[in-house]
Amino acid sequence: MTQEDADRLWAALGDPMRLRLLDLLLEHGETTASALATALPITRQGVAKHLAVLRRAELVVARRAGREVRFAVREERLDQARRQIAQVAARWDERLVAIKRIAEGG
Amino acid sequence: MVVPVVPDSIAREIVIDAPPERVWAIVTEAQHLAAWFSDDAEVDLRPGGAMLLTWHGHGTYRARVETVEAPHTFAFRWLRRQDAEGSTLVVMTLTPEGASTRLRVVESGFADLEWPEDERARHADENRVGWGVELDELRAYAER
Repeated sequence: MTQEDADRLWAALGDPMRLRLLDLLLEHGETTASALATALPITRQGVAKHLAVLRRAELVVARRAGREVRFAVREERLDQARRQIAQVAARWDERLVAIKRIAEGG
Repeated sequence: MVVPVVPDSIAREIVIDAPPERVWAIVTEAQHLAAWFSDDAEVDLRPGGAMLLTWHGHGTYRARVETVEAPHTFAFRWLRRQDAEGSTLVVMTLTPEGASTRLRVVESGFADLEWPEDERARHADENRVGWGVELDELRAYAER
């Protein structure tokens, strides 16, 4: 992942409303912007803006189905973000073990 | 939201066979930080005090001391990138358990962060040091 790509991913995730949107999409599967708007305290236009950010970050894909556009989460992209967090956790495991070694080393 | 889409914090802990005072010195004193955390460290150990953490080949990162309650709580806010805003909060909590100490670390604020490109590279570097056996031991601790 390039710097620019990682920045886009985390900027997209750094908004509570977008996280709720992703949550809804994960729960309901592929759905329309209108359906999402009924479940959130923002307008359809607001939903569309957030979906655009999520699409640019490749967290969401859009698919035309007849007259509708349906949105879905790209799970593999979410997994990338989760893996970065897991790396941070793994690094703390290493550090804690290093602290333990020093402390118990006398 | 029952399970967050992406976690905003991580928590890790370990039990150390040493009293809290000793563990406290190791997690807060520059000479020790330079052994387990960075390659070089400077710490002004008081709330609002500056920390400078240097990794050879990666540069110096700034942090700010948030909480100093010896020998129980040490917290600092860490600017994880030199060229951008965004920090995470690290809270280290020491709890005595008999003659031992349970050390817990919580790092939070990932959703507000822009991520350094070298994160993966640095992780690989650290892995090369090789803590395989100890990690198993740590997992055993974590699963108790």
